[in-house]
Amino acid sequence: MNSIILLSVLGLGNLFLGFRRSNRLLLPVMMLILGGILTVNFLDWGSTQSFFNGMLTIDNFSVAFTGIVLLTALVLIPFSQKYVLDGESNLAEYYSLLLFSLVGAIMLVSYNHLLMLFLGIEILSVAMYVLAGSDKRNLRSNEAALKYFLMGAFFTGILLFGMALLYGATGTFVLSEISFAVQNPAPGFESLKPMLYIGMLLMLIGIGFKVSAAPFHFWTPDVYEGTPTFFAAFMSTIVKTAGFAAFLKLLVQAFPAANAQGIWLPTLTAMCVLTLLIGNVGAVAQTSIKRMLAYSSISHAGYLLIALVAYNGQLEGASANGILFYSLAYSVATVAAFGVVKLVADARQREDYNGLNGLAKTNPLLAFSLTVSMLSLAGIPLTGGFFGKFFVFSAAVENGYIGLVVFAVVMSMVSIYYYLRPIIAMYMRDTDAETAEAVPVTTFQAGALLLLAALTVLLGILPGLVAGAL
Amino acid sequence: MLTVLLLLWPVAAALLLHFFKGRAARVPALGAALVEFALAAYAALTFNANNSGQFSFNLNWIPSAGIHFAVGMDGLSLLLVLLTAVLVPVILLSAFRRNFENESVFYALVLFMQTGLVGVFTAQDAFLFYFMWEVALIPIYFLAGVWGGVNRARITFKFFLYTIIGSLFMLAGFVYLYFQTGPTADGLSAHNSALASFYALNLTADTQMWVFWLIFAAFAVKMPIFPFHTWQPDTYTEAPAPATMLLSGIMLKMGIYGCMRWLLPVVPMGVDYWQNLVLILAIIGIIYGAIIAIRQQDVKRLIAYSSLSHVGLMIAGVFSLTQMGLQGASIQMLAHGVNVVGMFFIADAIERRTGTRNIADLGGLTRKAPVLTVCFLVLLLGTVALPLTNGFVGEFLLLGGVYQFNAWMGAIAGVTIILGAVYLLRMFQRVMLGPDSSFTETFTDLTGSELALLVPLIVLVFWIGMFPNTFLHLSEGSVMNILNEVVKR
Repeated sequence: MNSIILLSVLGLGNLFLGFRRSNRLLLPVMMLILGGILTVNFLDWGSTQSFFNGMLTIDNFSVAFTGIVLLTALVLIPFSQKYVLDGESNLAEYYSLLLFSLVGAIMLVSYNHLLMLFLGIEILSVAMYVLAGSDKRNLRSNEAALKYFLMGAFFTGILLFGMALLYGATGTFVLSEISFAVQNPAPGFESLKPMLYIGMLLMLIGIGFKVSAAPFHFWTPDVYEGTPTFFAAFMSTIVKTAGFAAFLKLLVQAFPAANAQGIWLPTLTAMCVLTLLIGNVGAVAQTSIKRMLAYSSISHAGYLLIALVAYNGQLEGASANGILFYSLAYSVATVAAFGVVKLVADARQREDYNGLNGLAKTNPLLAFSLTVSMLSLAGIPLTGGFFGKFFVFSAAVENGYIGLVVFAVVMSMVSIYYYLRPIIAMYMRDTDAETAEAVPVTTFQAGALLLLAALTVLLGILPGLVAGAL
Repeated sequence: MLTVLLLLWPVAAALLLHFFKGRAARVPALGAALVEFALAAYAALTFNANNSGQFSFNLNWIPSAGIHFAVGMDGLSLLLVLLTAVLVPVILLSAFRRNFENESVFYALVLFMQTGLVGVFTAQDAFLFYFMWEVALIPIYFLAGVWGGVNRARITFKFFLYTIIGSLFMLAGFVYLYFQTGPTADGLSAHNSALASFYALNLTADTQMWVFWLIFAAFAVKMPIFPFHTWQPDTYTEAPAPATMLLSGIMLKMGIYGCMRWLLPVVPMGVDYWQNLVLILAIIGIIYGAIIAIRQQDVKRLIAYSSLSHVGLMIAGVFSLTQMGLQGASIQMLAHGVNVVGMFFIADAIERRTGTRNIADLGGLTRKAPVLTVCFLVLLLGTVALPLTNGFVGEFLLLGGVYQFNAWMGAIAGVTIILGAVYLLRMFQRVMLGPDSSFTETFTDLTGSELALLVPLIVLVFWIGMFPNTFLHLSEGSVMNILNEVVKR
């Protein structure tokens, strides 16, 4: 709860820095704010508190996921330095929107009441709609914002409709009461069942859109491509982490009953298979790294869906740990990837693979950092991504979903193809006229990249630090 | 604890190497490798051949999943750790002759890879084994890809894809086996991945039949066994000489070692079921590699195919499931490592001096470089398996093992010796004897440092050839244990 309050207050306070047009102050202030809140967040570890008549619960689950979300935001901030140096006039507002969107993310990981779920999603999304279009003079950015907003609004409607139907069927918005109503049918519940099931499916669709799971993923590549890279990184990490935590909570706390499982489990499995297929096969065909990362982000939604499918009835167990570890490893690697892509794109004005040619010679640090993150996303040992996949897959194998895991393993073989392409470009191709000059990197950014690479390797060597926390 | 030191020292040295730029990294890198060799030698001297499992170390690595950082050495592990510790300084020294960009990174990657190799040979936990298996792969990908020839990007990509897909199958197999095991001793986790637990599994014959292929896939690609070999000649040719030496000298032993340690005792019934098929594939590889080697014009490619042929025999020996075959494989791993590294070094020395690897372009080196000729001849005869050289002991035992299993197979596999003599002696004749060519006019003999590198290898050729018991003695107990595990079920 401390983190929600602090983020809201400091987000407002941050706007005053914007009035003073003191951009240079913004970056360190943001880092301090986020670092402070990250620390404060963990004060709540080990205790369970309830707020707003039980609509929000702060427990280890929410503290852990809040930690990931805040950490991701913290390491992302240095990559916005170009805006500072360019004297972007609305920077303080962007930062405030980011802080507010974090509030939404935290509500998503700690809700107990569907209203809070809805509020969380909206707070997170509305900020993202604006930020997607923040590059005002760029047509693609405008298109991305419009597309994201229209689609988002449409799917919000679907989500809301689903909630309404659920309320109609169960008479409550509280997760545990929904679960109780489903498990202990009141007289006349039989006739309400179709309403319940349709409501459930509509909610699945609504959240599926937010985490870009297929077949509701179609906006992802276009929006990521148009959105300024810095905010695209935000979307693909924080929105996804929070979205999946919310997803897990919904399934575990509202629909653990067998008859509900009979509906959503096959749906989720089908979504999972489709997401893995579209994400991985789609990524192979891309020539722009940003689009590749967008498809890669879809494919990682597929791996995370496996953990949802394999959940075993408790909020704190193999699935939650799998999602936690996977989200952390994925976020860390993705931030580094988007960070490097942004730095290179800013300097070389290119977003295709050839833009990376010879980067190992001009910028060894960037090349190393992107390599570590690509290896992590591909799930190769010595990186966090390997253990992320390992924990998710073993949760699924333990619950008997061997076929699904085999399919996912085949898909991750495909993924190695496109994750190696940037590495080949950086290390094994020579520079040309356009890529001969070194990409400028500031101390902040170098530090962030080193930290991210170190974290990725640390997670890959000592996964016990995070695994099994829940 | 000694094993942990053997594992950590190279990676620590690799990190420290970062402080030396360019050429300044040469001496510290070699020094680090020699220290590693001293550690391995100390391990060998204090090793008690009558006991299994020594220098063990066990640390709870991922408590929630029952995964341990468990390492230890028995005779077989020790032999391969020794091989690694001997060859890495040699390989580093061979790189001294070249001038390339970012030398410090190059040496650091070699040392980093050494950690992976030692880890593979000493791991006592399935996940640690898999982890180290991949740790060894990543540096070699960069070694071959960054410093390799013209087609390096495409060819190393193929290599990486092949090996990683094989490894993923192995991981799937390990995960399946992991879920068949019982809880850890401390009860923190429902399953564990210790080697001993895998040995103790009671799997049905049907399960073992398919688990066999999951695990074998990784080993089959790495060795490589026919028809999984297509990456090998290209990669060997395209990679820079030191990387080729690492690949052929040490890395392919990971596959054979893996079969002996993680395949035969874990899924013995699966092995029994597929034994004939693997033997046939191995024998096809022997003949096929040898026949193609005869037709090669490129020295490096010729050695690559000869390596394919020799590996086939080692696989056949392992899958004969006889004491003789397994012992032969363990000693032949050493012999092949020594010989192939020496041969590739000489091929590289010739290429550096003449700028060509084409056999037709060369000739008459004997007159210009008598010392090189002698060294080459010794290594070549070792490869051909002349009695008193290292190759003889290994091939004799291997063929004996295969013969014990099936006389016909033994007879066909024995053709390798004849064919080996054909292509190797032909190459020797064309390159070393005959008239001079325009490429070899200014040829010079080996320098002192090159000789310093070859002398240890040549000593080993004769040492293993004349006193094989020094080494056979070490692996005997381990091989017995492995076969006992196989027979037990």
